[in-house]
Amino acid sequence: MSLNLQKDFPILKRRVHGKKLVYLDNAATSQKPKVVMDILQKFYTTMNANIHRGVHTLSEESTAAYEAVREKTAKFIGAKSAGEIVFTKNATESINCVAVSWAKKNIKKGDEIIVSALEHHANLVPWQEFCRETGAALKIIPLTADFLLDLEGFEKLLNLNTKLVCVTGMSNVTGSIVPLKQITEMSRAVGAKVLIDAAQSIVHMATNVSDIGCDFLVFSSHKMLGPMGVGVLYIKESLIGQMSPYMYGGDMIETVEQYSSKYKMDYAKFEAGTQNVADVIAFGAALDYLKKVGMNAIEKHDRELFAYAKEKFGKFKTVKIFSPNNIKNCGPVLSFVVDGVHPHDIASIFDSEGVAIRAGFHCAEPLVRRLGVSSTARMSFYLYNTKADVDTAVKALQKVLKIFKVKN
Amino acid sequence: MDLYSENILDHYQNPHNSGEITDRTIRVFENNPLCGDTIQMDLKIKNDTIIDIAFIGSGCAISQSSMSMLSDEIKGKKLSVLKKMKTDKVYKLLQVPISLGRVKCALLGYATLQHAIKDFEK
Repeated sequence: MSLNLQKDFPILKRRVHGKKLVYLDNAATSQKPKVVMDILQKFYTTMNANIHRGVHTLSEESTAAYEAVREKTAKFIGAKSAGEIVFTKNATESINCVAVSWAKKNIKKGDEIIVSALEHHANLVPWQEFCRETGAALKIIPLTADFLLDLEGFEKLLNLNTKLVCVTGMSNVTGSIVPLKQITEMSRAVGAKVLIDAAQSIVHMATNVSDIGCDFLVFSSHKMLGPMGVGVLYIKESLIGQMSPYMYGGDMIETVEQYSSKYKMDYAKFEAGTQNVADVIAFGAALDYLKKVGMNAIEKHDRELFAYAKEKFGKFKTVKIFSPNNIKNCGPVLSFVVDGVHPHDIASIFDSEGVAIRAGFHCAEPLVRRLGVSSTARMSFYLYNTKADVDTAVKALQKVLKIFKVKN
Repeated sequence: MDLYSENILDHYQNPHNSGEITDRTIRVFENNPLCGDTIQMDLKIKNDTIIDIAFIGSGCAISQSSMSMLSDEIKGKKLSVLKKMKTDKVYKLLQVPISLGRVKCALLGYATLQHAIKDFEK
């Protein structure tokens, strides 16, 4: 089951509290392979220069390397052209850019925006704020008892006032996978645009925007082996022309006169000021790495490992797991609680065994409250994790039960 | 593991001064929005002195045991003294190393007490 990639990730050699690190907080951020770090070093030692400006060799090289990642990203998600790819700081900024540059011009009072009950705060709060400011209405797609989106409930929310539907590809709490193509088709039937927060889903499975048919898709480099500080915003080509710039300043302009300016019309109007060039180039190396391993192989590995963990943890009677029944609907995220033990204490005891997990709301407070708990402990798996990691987590769980004298 | 001493677990599973005071002088709520830990604290105050305390809380072992220990500590103490109490006192009561990520848990009870004194003096 193991993809045998541990050797590529130097941090996995680290020890925590004298124990071998078992990193199971991948839904928060992934670790980075050495090739990604090497590219960062290489950029600053051989190529560092600002892009789109100079005619000197270094500037031409860094510009070419930066733009090559735009091409690579477009191919990775099946976009029609590199012109549909905008680099941002993270997925959150990508969503805020859609709110500012597209929604402000196209959604007004009386219109409706639909988000799902699975959303991370990043794809909920910007739309709450947008609706508060504009008077548009915010509607929420409900959940089934199996933690999946209730598509019948969604159908009832859709109407001709629906202008935008914003859904995650995969919950960062329950791991629930969302049928993106179906949601997009249903939304388009009433003329609504669709924004997909792929920050979790693109990490674990092949993603193709042309197949899904969505209008916007966002994700972050740091969750998929790349550096922090790089986000991606995919915009369907036909929409770019009707969007206004996101920020104003250098590089996004055509001509500037003393009292007025003309802006670039393509993706460049969203990339004002000096960009995070080095990290974008290193993100390119992460995409190469993922491509080499293969997204289908990663999906298969992650799902098998998740199934193994779910089975092992499911054997404990005092452990409650929040995850869809059918493994086909599950991303590799395992949220759980233990009777009589607060998730923070679970995470602290896991940490004492070298196992890094997350505890709390996971930036999805409404969803966690909907689960009927005040917080959960969460393990999330990725391509370098192994069965042995799960076995260590089981030992840590046994330690939790022992310390808190929980009878199982 | 050091953090979960017998003492902390005893206080967590059988908190001291748990409950409510019907003829209380003041009631305050405090919470850690990040992790959802909560404490409701009732105080009965006479002549600038806490003559009774009761609390109802939910949360991790650190936040709840810290509140339980603190409730024993402050009973019978003068507000003027408690106002000057430093956070070090809480760490001394807990007697275990508190990592950066658990500071907010350890000090939730302390924050609730300071909140109550401030409200009372208004």
